[in-house]
Amino acid sequence: MAFATTNADLPARRASSTPTLRARLQDALPKIVLAPSFSIILVFVYGFILWTIYLSFTNSKAFPSNELTGPLAYQRLWNWTFESDPPSSWYTSITNMAIFGVLYIGFCILLGLFLAILLDQKIRAEGFLRTIYLYPMALSFIVTGVAWKWFLDPGLGLEQTLHHLGWTSFHFDWIKNANRVIYTVVIAGVWQASGFVMAMFLAGLRGVDGEMLKAAQIDGASTFQVYWRIVIPILRPVFLSAFIVLAHMAIKSYDLVVALTSGGPGGSAWLPSNFMYEYTFKRSQMAIGSASAVIMLMAITAIIVPYLYSELREKPQ
Amino acid sequence: MSAATRDASGPVGYNLVNRIIIYALLLIFAVVYLVPLFVMLVTSFKTMSEIQDGNMLALPQSPTFAPWMRAWGGGCDANGNCIAGIAGHFWASIKMVIPAVAISTLLGALNGYVLTKWRFPGHKLVFGMMLFACFIPFQSVLLPMATLLGKFGMFGHYLQSLIGTSLGFGSSTANLVFVHVVYGLGFTTLFFRNYYEAFPDELVRAAMVDGAGFFQIFRRILLPSSLPIFVVTVIFQFTNIWNDFLFASSYAAGDESPITVALNNTVNTSTGVVEYNVNMAAAIIAALPTLFVYIVAGRYFVRGLMAGAVKG
Repeated sequence: MAFATTNADLPARRASSTPTLRARLQDALPKIVLAPSFSIILVFVYGFILWTIYLSFTNSKAFPSNELTGPLAYQRLWNWTFESDPPSSWYTSITNMAIFGVLYIGFCILLGLFLAILLDQKIRAEGFLRTIYLYPMALSFIVTGVAWKWFLDPGLGLEQTLHHLGWTSFHFDWIKNANRVIYTVVIAGVWQASGFVMAMFLAGLRGVDGEMLKAAQIDGASTFQVYWRIVIPILRPVFLSAFIVLAHMAIKSYDLVVALTSGGPGGSAWLPSNFMYEYTFKRSQMAIGSASAVIMLMAITAIIVPYLYSELREKPQ
Repeated sequence: MSAATRDASGPVGYNLVNRIIIYALLLIFAVVYLVPLFVMLVTSFKTMSEIQDGNMLALPQSPTFAPWMRAWGGGCDANGNCIAGIAGHFWASIKMVIPAVAISTLLGALNGYVLTKWRFPGHKLVFGMMLFACFIPFQSVLLPMATLLGKFGMFGHYLQSLIGTSLGFGSSTANLVFVHVVYGLGFTTLFFRNYYEAFPDELVRAAMVDGAGFFQIFRRILLPSSLPIFVVTVIFQFTNIWNDFLFASSYAAGDESPITVALNNTVNTSTGVVEYNVNMAAAIIAALPTLFVYIVAGRYFVRGLMAGAVKG
């Protein structure tokens, strides 16, 4: 009875000393159905990850090579980091990742929470406003990038419009400035994802017991105190989920940088994902590209695996 | 629109000044979120000379459909600037997204069914491994997949010379359908597993006692009540696949490349004068299908996002 389900307490199949082929097939069917999908994941996710790890230890340049060179690619990456004068592309990429990650996650959570609390005050036309805050999430990063590229173009967009309206001293050329371009990626990214974070917090707020809040108010707590002391602590799991989702999105960000900045002046807007793509496919440095991909994977694994483990653990009844 | 349908829980002081401040803030934010879309729309109907005037918030003086026609169908303007137009790529995206969504959703439904109603020792590990596949940065599989698709291409050529048809091996669209099915399976399995988890086991058990088989139970008992999760999964997959750029730019070439790639090329490789009105029209065309789905079925869209974020 190896195939009986553990949760549905199946009635034992009619005991027969020699199960027919058909009965055995029936028993194995669920596994046969699942097998193709699981094999696909095994090969194309886990197998390919191992392959990428292998490549990062070889001497692959324009084509995959089988000549093992040990952790040379990693050494080069990190040497570039610490001997970065002028800053190497990898150093720029991970510095950008840190700036983008912190600001993107921080602003999305702050803005999302703020909008959710405002919307939770028995607002008329709430559904309509929610729709407006969330629609950017339906756009592709390429569309977002194209729109904001235009918007932030110093010659035509926001800056010109404000000049037109009489604010002639207004100056905003970050998108053309190597030291500032990553912040434009933050702006476009926050515009795209903050509505989604708002939806998460709003769903969390709807689970908060309104009676308790009323009681606290009757006891003389101000609205601010109610939220700061009672509501926000209750929302802790939502903060965690939002952080996980945003961290994951931040590390994967690639298209937005391409469409918004084309990589920025001299690759100054690169994130590790852009670095990986450029080095693997354009600069014939497959080993280096693979090594950077492995480092990205390690970063995501460090964030996701503990989270998944805690989510999938046997929940105490 | 959102998954939350119950009433607001926030404490409300019906103090007029507070209400005005709250509504004012909400409206200011609504305007901020809408401005980029508004600017895209008005720009796409303007002439180039009007755009160079530099007031992007102004409504078009003499609205013209020409940028839209050019973005869609391509062609050359008076100065000899020629562009290809994105119509072909729009259809390439459609041809890619329909089979990819259908196959990954169906497989996900079957996987979710097995993982909840026909459990076997180790089902948690199997699910955990499929779940983790949702989160990998695709950079860590990009290069091996490129190598494999290259092999598919060679096999296609070989078939072509052998029997006169490549059976789709090596075509951009087939490649992308394959890639999106492979890397979408984790998500679709997750959605259906969480949905079927809550489906009463008693019904399944009763059907087993009556002698119903594996597929019969799925078809007669689970499928009839699976519409909501099918809608959520289809919308989620459709949005993800339609909007994908990394796989599209890595594995598709030429006329068969999806619309995201075509849009990026249109915007970033314009020689001579950059035609902002055409770029904006192209961007809106690329965004229309997913925006349409969002407007029509926003509630399910949000539910899909949430399901991808919060595991139960």
